[in-house]
Amino acid sequence: MAFKQITSPHAHAAQNTSKVMQLVLWATVPGLAALTIQFGWGSLINVVLAVVTAVACEAAILKLRKRPVAFYLQDYSAVVTAVLLGLALPPLAAWWVVVVGSMFSIIIAKQLYGGLGYNPFNPAMVGYVVLLISFPIQMTTWITPLSLLPDGVSHPGIIESLGIVFGGYSPADGVTGATPLDVFKHSSGLVVDQIYESNPLFSQAAFAGVGWEWVNLGFLAGGIVLLATRIFTWHGPVAMLAAIAVMSLLFWDGGSSESPGSPLMHLFSGASMMGAFFILTDPVSSAVSNRGRLIYGALIGVLVYIIRAWGNYPDAVAFAVLIANFAAPFIDNYTLPRTYGHTDRRRATEKEED
Amino acid sequence: MRSTWVTPGGVHPPENKHQSVTMPIGSLPIPEKLLVPLSQHIGAPAKACVKVGTKVLKGQKIADATGAVSVPMHAPTSGTVTAIEDRPIAHSSGMSAPCIEITTDGKDTWIEHKGVVDFEHASPQALTKTIADAGIAGMGGAGFPSAIKLSPGHRRPINTLIINATECEPYITADDSAIRERAAEIITGIGILSHILGNPVNILIGIEDNKPEAIAALEPHVADTGISVVSFPTKYPSGGEKQLIYILTGKELPSGQLPADAGMVCINIGTTYAIKRAVVDGEPLISRVTTMTGNACGINRNYETLIGTPVSHMLAHSEFNEHACSRLVMGGPMMGFSLTSAEVPIVKTTNCILAPSYSEIPDDEPAQACIRCGMCAEACPASLLPQQLFWYSQAEDHDRLEAHNLFDCIECGACSYVCPSNIPLVQYYRSSKGEILKAREEKVKSDHARERFEFHQQRMEQAEKDKEAKRAARREAAEKAKATVAANSGTEKEGTGPVPGSAADIIAAAQARAAAKQVSPEEQQAKFERSIAGAEMRVQMATDKLAETNAKQTEDQKNILNAALEGAKQKLEQAQARLAEHVKKHSEQVK
Ligand code: SF4
Ligand code: SF4
Repeated sequence: MAFKQITSPHAHAAQNTSKVMQLVLWATVPGLAALTIQFGWGSLINVVLAVVTAVACEAAILKLRKRPVAFYLQDYSAVVTAVLLGLALPPLAAWWVVVVGSMFSIIIAKQLYGGLGYNPFNPAMVGYVVLLISFPIQMTTWITPLSLLPDGVSHPGIIESLGIVFGGYSPADGVTGATPLDVFKHSSGLVVDQIYESNPLFSQAAFAGVGWEWVNLGFLAGGIVLLATRIFTWHGPVAMLAAIAVMSLLFWDGGSSESPGSPLMHLFSGASMMGAFFILTDPVSSAVSNRGRLIYGALIGVLVYIIRAWGNYPDAVAFAVLIANFAAPFIDNYTLPRTYGHTDRRRATEKEED
Repeated sequence: MRSTWVTPGGVHPPENKHQSVTMPIGSLPIPEKLLVPLSQHIGAPAKACVKVGTKVLKGQKIADATGAVSVPMHAPTSGTVTAIEDRPIAHSSGMSAPCIEITTDGKDTWIEHKGVVDFEHASPQALTKTIADAGIAGMGGAGFPSAIKLSPGHRRPINTLIINATECEPYITADDSAIRERAAEIITGIGILSHILGNPVNILIGIEDNKPEAIAALEPHVADTGISVVSFPTKYPSGGEKQLIYILTGKELPSGQLPADAGMVCINIGTTYAIKRAVVDGEPLISRVTTMTGNACGINRNYETLIGTPVSHMLAHSEFNEHACSRLVMGGPMMGFSLTSAEVPIVKTTNCILAPSYSEIPDDEPAQACIRCGMCAEACPASLLPQQLFWYSQAEDHDRLEAHNLFDCIECGACSYVCPSNIPLVQYYRSSKGEILKAREEKVKSDHARERFEFHQQRMEQAEKDKEAKRAARREAAEKAKATVAANSGTEKEGTGPVPGSAADIIAAAQARAAAKQVSPEEQQAKFERSIAGAEMRVQMATDKLAETNAKQTEDQKNILNAALEGAKQKLEQAQARLAEHVKKHSEQVK
């Protein structure tokens, strides 16, 4: 009788990488649903387009790199990257915007660095930032939320949406508009109360900004599911959201005309929740230890706020995440956990004393 | 209830313990042949004290302990020694090692033996010696000679005796069933330990709460003994010595220290039973409880198994289906190692033979890239960062690995267990540890060599300087002498005598020195002969040592010994050559 030689452990938990990724995909559903309800078919089209492009690129590159294509595609990581990019892009963006972004994410930001597990930057955010810098107009045109559409105007239907995306037709008047973060960016001179009264984005909102509050709640719900299933730990997301809250409280300034907006508005606007639960939790490009992730998350939160309040862009999750990606290895060096039986934490760069 | 502490990390693999406890501990027919490896423990292998053909009785010593850290071996049943040679043994690398093969006679005749019932009146030293002579080594897994643990020395008083009844690995129920059936004897064993250690203040039996029957079995026996049964939530790997110490005492064992340094002794509960048998009944360790389990076997149960029983013998009596078996594991599914052959014997540390079916433990899926998800870090009981260790292990970055405390990894496998990318992390850690240890050894060696070289260099320089100084002194003296001679010749008329330190004097002195140094040819020959005798002795010693340690030592050690032998031989040859030359020269001179 001869038996196989296999190293321990022999037992293995049922979890595997493709299941983890699939769970992440499922968790984006509430956010995607909210986006679709509030802003029409655009986000769904973005997602599909991005996924098709990403999978095609991933397969092509794997083939070029002579890797088993099917085996690596099964990890679903390309799909996750594409879905997140598609969710971040403005609905009804032209098809080539989505395709270019998706290609960039997969080919440059992921595969050129060695594929899954080796990319130092979040691929979806690299794609996003490249687009934002290259096509600022397309990237900052948002759709008006459902309840604020002018009378008689509705979001384009699925066919019409496809026409806009692929045919280059312009959407009807009133379908595109500002986001809450835009409003604050461009409303110098008004105190917060005035903005809230004068702008229907706020005056008709439940607590943060029409449409956006639901989208953020959707991502929050998905994020909580992932937390509960232990796909990631709470450290990163909580640190980021806490940092945003603290920063916006510190600079709330009593709602003066200088105020960049309330904590609630910042937490539930733009990509706050999506960033906290789906972007900075990308494990590959984040810090590794729990303490490291606290610092990493807080850093992103602070950066998001700084760029929103005083930078040139209304939203900043992508920039903040990329900057923090740079810092992650550095953070890792100083945030090793204290090992059993040691009185101190060590530094990763420590050398054994001879 | 005593409070317990919660370790970080840990995992909850399916326990799969119920299968093997439906029946009481059974026994197998005596196999035709038993194969007793000479090394079943940590430390030096035992040395056979029987010969092929020797008839042995059950319990008779067949191999002596060698050196301080070692245990003897005993015949598990009566029969005849039919071979003493290298055989494949259970080892993670599938290697062969010296074994004593006993062809059994089926009579199972005991050698005469006797124990001491009133052990309280025996001296701890005598009891420790009994335990050492019974060949008892830790039966929980590592196999460290128990007697050594029980002699921590006076400088390390023991205040806590921890009995490890955790049995945290899935499937294994050897300790569980032993406790259920033999609680009284186990408690006696603990009493012996307590007596040897000077009655430590705390005696704690640490047990996971998934063994209520075992806990219930212990309870009545510990009343009024000062022993506490401490149960705590089931989690793998609570049974690691370091983990258990923390769970029971809230103290962490400082990295690199032994429990005894912290006033603790940790003994597996199966070992306490063996200790009771050894002391009270006078029986050496010749059998143990081993769990035979896994779906590839129709019968799952615990057996009192003779040491040396081939695994195939167990399988043959357990309705084993080879084709259904995905792998054969000695030990549990987390830390056990796979056997490539079923002919290897059960040893003193074998608590389980696991023969799972493909649906139970399927073949490993190919590893995917590490996505740095951190699940491994969440599972690690030592609070390491397994993903970083993996990364630096691949990069062979030894400095980073050490900075990340690779050597505090207990190889529990919790990280690999949870890794969604199926990365065999522990395998990487093992090989990195090996590489680092090797590099350290080499560094020590090269440091030695360097020091020696530098010392030699220094000495040469110093000698050169001394010579130079002497030469200078001589030159000076010669010049002075010359000058004096010249002066003398100039002042001869003045009639002064020869001046001390003249050229003639110097030459005379030098000749005298040379004469003094020159020993007689006979003396020289005697000196050479002495050095030859010395060298011969060293060669003999090196050869002996090598023969003694051969085969059972690691390659490295063998290499070192071989090198020593070679060196000694060379010295001998040199000495002989010198003598030959001397004799030749001398005889020529005589002619
Ligand atoms: S669990 Fe596996 S994939 Fe996840 S970080 Fe650890 S090694 Fe990497
Ligand atoms: S094997 Fe080592 S690194 Fe992995 S969980 Fe166990 S102690 Fe931690």
